[in-house]
Amino acid sequence: MTAPAKTSLNPVPIKDRMKLPRQHMPEQAPEVRATNYTEVNLGYSEELARREALRCIECAKPACTKDCPVGVKVHEFVQLIVAGDFLGAAAKIREDNVLPAVTGRVCPQEDHCEGGCLMGKKVKPLGIGYLERFVADYEQRMGVRTLPTVPPTGKKVAVVGSGPSGLTVAGDLVQRGHKVRVFEALHELGGVLVYGIPEFRLPKQIIREQLDYMRAMGVEFETDVVVGRTVAIDDLLQEEGYDAVFIGTGAGLPVFMNIPGEHLNGVYSANEFLTRINLMKAYKFPTYDEPMLDLHGKDVAVIGGGNTALDAIRSALRLGAHKAYVLYRRSETEMPARAEEVKHAREEGIEFHMLTSPVEFLQDGDGWLGAVRCERMELGEPDASGRRRPVPVAGSEFEIPLSVAVIAIGTSANPIVQSTTPGLDTNKRGYIQASPETQRTSRRGVFAGGDIVTGSATVILAMGAGRRAAKSIHDYLTTGEW
Amino acid sequence: MFKILHAEFLAPGIKRFLIEAPRIARKQKPGQFVIVRIYEEGERIPLTIENSDPEQGTISIVVQSLGKTTTLLNSLGTGDHILDVVGPLGKPSEIKQFGTVVVMGGGVGTAMAYPTAAALKRAGNRIISIVGARNQELVILETEMRAVSDVLMITTDDGSYADKGFVTDKLRQLIQNGVRIDLVLAVGPIPMMKAVADMTRAEHIRTLVSLNPIMIDGTGMCGGCRVLVDNKSQFACVDGPEFDAHEVNFEVLVQRNRAYRNQEQQSLAEYRRAHESHAESREAEANGVCAAQGVRQ
Repeated sequence: MTAPAKTSLNPVPIKDRMKLPRQHMPEQAPEVRATNYTEVNLGYSEELARREALRCIECAKPACTKDCPVGVKVHEFVQLIVAGDFLGAAAKIREDNVLPAVTGRVCPQEDHCEGGCLMGKKVKPLGIGYLERFVADYEQRMGVRTLPTVPPTGKKVAVVGSGPSGLTVAGDLVQRGHKVRVFEALHELGGVLVYGIPEFRLPKQIIREQLDYMRAMGVEFETDVVVGRTVAIDDLLQEEGYDAVFIGTGAGLPVFMNIPGEHLNGVYSANEFLTRINLMKAYKFPTYDEPMLDLHGKDVAVIGGGNTALDAIRSALRLGAHKAYVLYRRSETEMPARAEEVKHAREEGIEFHMLTSPVEFLQDGDGWLGAVRCERMELGEPDASGRRRPVPVAGSEFEIPLSVAVIAIGTSANPIVQSTTPGLDTNKRGYIQASPETQRTSRRGVFAGGDIVTGSATVILAMGAGRRAAKSIHDYLTTGEW
Repeated sequence: MFKILHAEFLAPGIKRFLIEAPRIARKQKPGQFVIVRIYEEGERIPLTIENSDPEQGTISIVVQSLGKTTTLLNSLGTGDHILDVVGPLGKPSEIKQFGTVVVMGGGVGTAMAYPTAAALKRAGNRIISIVGARNQELVILETEMRAVSDVLMITTDDGSYADKGFVTDKLRQLIQNGVRIDLVLAVGPIPMMKAVADMTRAEHIRTLVSLNPIMIDGTGMCGGCRVLVDNKSQFACVDGPEFDAHEVNFEVLVQRNRAYRNQEQQSLAEYRRAHESHAESREAEANGVCAAQGVRQ
């Protein structure tokens, strides 16, 4: 935890700071952005950033850093913004976070830094995410890079998966002098940042820039390698001479609902729907070869209430959907999506049907989806997740005409690495067992983190696991102790 | 980038490529496939691995011109490059001593059946192979199949070579003649695999088919390749591609493979229009274009 500065650079008296309004993030107008695929949020100007930074009350026990999974020194970087040293602020964030331009955009700040912000108890919390994004973008615009200066250790680490956890491990370890090579199954780097999160929320250019930064730091990348199939973990450790391996293979197989009609044409998993759009650029068919169903004038629904669900339905809207629905079996309070995404989606005209659960996909002749039959739910006692369990209301079934349905209710463990790595323990749901403190697995020299350990979570939680893993891998490589 | 070391037509519209892919070559087992993306704007499609040479670091794949991507791929030759080749994907075929195995290859499906037939032969099985094609020109890998088979039977739809008829006619004969069959492996167009399944179901002969649904990542991530097997969702890329033929819902497979038919036709038509200057080679390939959907590439 960071102690507050004794001599603040902030000219505004502390008692007046709470009176300063939270600076609004400029964004594309809802009716405009609903028809394009470019980023919704436009970013702070230098002036807006400084104004927002002035709001920080520099509390004695800042919860923002404590509540950040990677421990970004929020108070320190915000003070650097106040001082006008934006590059210094970026370097400060980079001490703890190798992907600031990403987290500044996709983190659920309300659950972490901003959720902990003391100002939020009385007024609106400090716009920490917006400020992080601002300095990361500023650093990129200036073309400044802070490259590692430590001498090489001679140790080699293989990172499996180029998503948020893998990139964090790679960035942290290369800065400690280790040689790092990242293996990616797909043809493009970035994992869920590339195939999952759409352009309008996280432009692919941002990821490419972050990857270039990592290459400049010395990280090596190899695409088209499905570890477990193309090469085994044991091959990496033995034949290829890696001293340690980090497994960050991410969210696995999409979960389906096991209700009738799920095989009809027009029913997608969110992973497939988003992969076609984001990774394969199917929305640019026929310039790009990967096809997808034409959504113009069609009624589309997503089933689920997380960020993935909102990414899918907001994509559908942008691709010309006539009606775009979210069907969620609990109420808005239980929705796991980021608050800003829910707000944005609503502004764009997405219709939310809460306490609604599909029971059957109905056919419109010849194997195509025509409608979904749903039932109404009500909330009962809390379940294992602590959220109130949805219970069907008897006799409440109704139909919604639909051409495309996207199922976004979560994922289960991908078995490829586990089933090809002897001695790698998994839990009863098939996820890799790893220590929550050190991310060590049951195999010496093998570490794991992110969704392949926890099941579907968020970018920042995966990055948190990556940070812990990097520290623990470094300890292992320097001491040789397991 | 993956270099094409050698390319040759096995039949009109069916080409074999020898590709430099050392990692895949070291790991490939019979029954597995690769996913290929030819160029930046290209789609990802699954293709059969016909053979591999771990020492040379090469794999060979057999491709039939069907849509734009396969037609484009078959226009490439020795020295050209393929942007992405990823694999080997899918579960390998189960190789053990079953006894007598009937290996059935329909059209280009023979290329998928061949490595499994070879491995089953090495494992001590008696191999009866039945290879079928529409006509003489489209019979592929005859020499290779003969080398790994105790008995090789060939059928052509039009009788232009060997016996006129379908592969299922030969299977029926074997059954009627009381030949003991411990396992049937059928790889080919969906109607052929379904016909085999229907025939062997009644006889309680264990039968495997290798399915080729629409796929994107090939690692289980997208779920696009889901097939109904025993009324449950299975992913062909991680749970397959081989499944118990008697449990496969072929109607759903046909229906799902149709999902993008319009877009596929549009892609191919636009590609053809753009390449009319190469009319001659186009025509040669068009002769090989197979109307059947869902042919294992």
